[in-house]
Amino acid sequence: MLVCLLLPAAYFVQAQSKYFTRTGAVSFNAEGAMDDIEEVKAATKTATCVADQASGQMEWAVLLKGFQFKNALMQEHFNENYVESDKFPKATFKGQIDNHANVKWTTDGTYPVVVNGKMTLHGITKDLVAKGTVQVKSGKPALASDFFVKLSDYDIKIPSVVGTKIANEIKISVNANLEPFKK
Amino acid sequence: MKRLIFLITSALTLFFLPLKGSAQEGSLLDILGKDEVTDYTTNAFKSSRVINGHSMEMISEGTLDFRILHRFGRISDGFYEMFGLDRASMRIGFDYGISPNLMVGFGRSTAKKEMDAFVKYRILWQSKGSKNNPVSLVWVSGITMNGLKDPIGNPEVPVTLSRRLGYYHELIIGRKITDRLTLQLSPTWVHRNIVDNQLIPNELFAVGFGGRVKFTQRLAFVWDYGYVINRFPGNLLANPLSIGLDIETGGHVFQLHFSNAVGMNERAYLSDTNGDWLKGDIQFGFNLSRIFQVKKRPIE
Repeated sequence: MLVCLLLPAAYFVQAQSKYFTRTGAVSFNAEGAMDDIEEVKAATKTATCVADQASGQMEWAVLLKGFQFKNALMQEHFNENYVESDKFPKATFKGQIDNHANVKWTTDGTYPVVVNGKMTLHGITKDLVAKGTVQVKSGKPALASDFFVKLSDYDIKIPSVVGTKIANEIKISVNANLEPFKK
Repeated sequence: MKRLIFLITSALTLFFLPLKGSAQEGSLLDILGKDEVTDYTTNAFKSSRVINGHSMEMISEGTLDFRILHRFGRISDGFYEMFGLDRASMRIGFDYGISPNLMVGFGRSTAKKEMDAFVKYRILWQSKGSKNNPVSLVWVSGITMNGLKDPIGNPEVPVTLSRRLGYYHELIIGRKITDRLTLQLSPTWVHRNIVDNQLIPNELFAVGFGGRVKFTQRLAFVWDYGYVINRFPGNLLANPLSIGLDIETGGHVFQLHFSNAVGMNERAYLSDTNGDWLKGDIQFGFNLSRIFQVKKRPIE
């Protein structure tokens, strides 16, 4: 009886502690060693993210077809030949903020964080550690991080013809302004 | 009886336990519900042409596709003509993507010094997700103009601009069935303002059958057949059949193929004299496509 009464209450509290966005920005730069006119850069603003203040967990998902390149052909090759977005439509990240007790989600300020987790891309899941910040402004948190991943870790092969144009280690930047989640 | 109930309840508990466990491990993202995205099918073909005929694919908005189509002579011409390699017929053309669903193009062929221009519009785009379309529907309308000094070859028929012209319209119904297999069907109507004699119809109706089997990300087998329904019986024209390989090297798409058709636009390959496959009246040829990004696309 008591459990029945407490359960919805617990759920309510937990639901209140979550933050989310559907318009997270993710961009990457895969500029190779060769100084070329063509930039190998792309960005999307359709990433989804949910962060749980109580547990310090966060999850991200981004549709690979959402990435916009300056060059349409490059975008086609990215989807068709590199990340194979028909087979693996999303890249995801599931992580835990190491020092999440230090982050005060409702108090304005900038909190440096280290997130430990696993990123899945091209059907392969690898451990990832990303440094970033949680910046709370007028009670709303924003997440930001820059990190590097190796394409070879995710079995994304760069043909030797374009080997100098595309870097194996690419820089990924993520930014998300989160809203409190209300059911 | 009590034992039986106990057994059943424990069995049920055991059965549902793992389910409950996995439900609790669900993703945080689940709270956001299902994504409302439409996943449009891309890369049904590597190029906007199967081989000779149009494919269900469009070129991207703001890109220019420079296309060089080259056909050697007939293999059946033998060693003296180096199995056709001594001869060549060409079409040089430019296509431009105006919007994701609209493209235009023009070209000029050495055969009949013919100019051609077309408009291609995607009515429906194969997709899944929030919008589910099983096929793509693409419309192509084109015009051709014979550029020979004497296009008719009959002194009694004066040459006028209208007598140089032909038109074609086609509807492409295509589906990328799996990542490897794409099939398309294209009912086509070709109209020629003038034909050689009264027995030859001005209107030709045909159905195109095109397809692709992808071997790797960069290599695919393609075929392109046009069945002409109302061809004058017993004439020497054979229906155009082309088979080939698509090779993608990055910026370029090479299409290497064998075909019994000489023509490189819809009017030409459906209504002009084609060779007979069985007699070796086929030619080796290639299409070279190079895409340039003309319009700048902001990424942020």
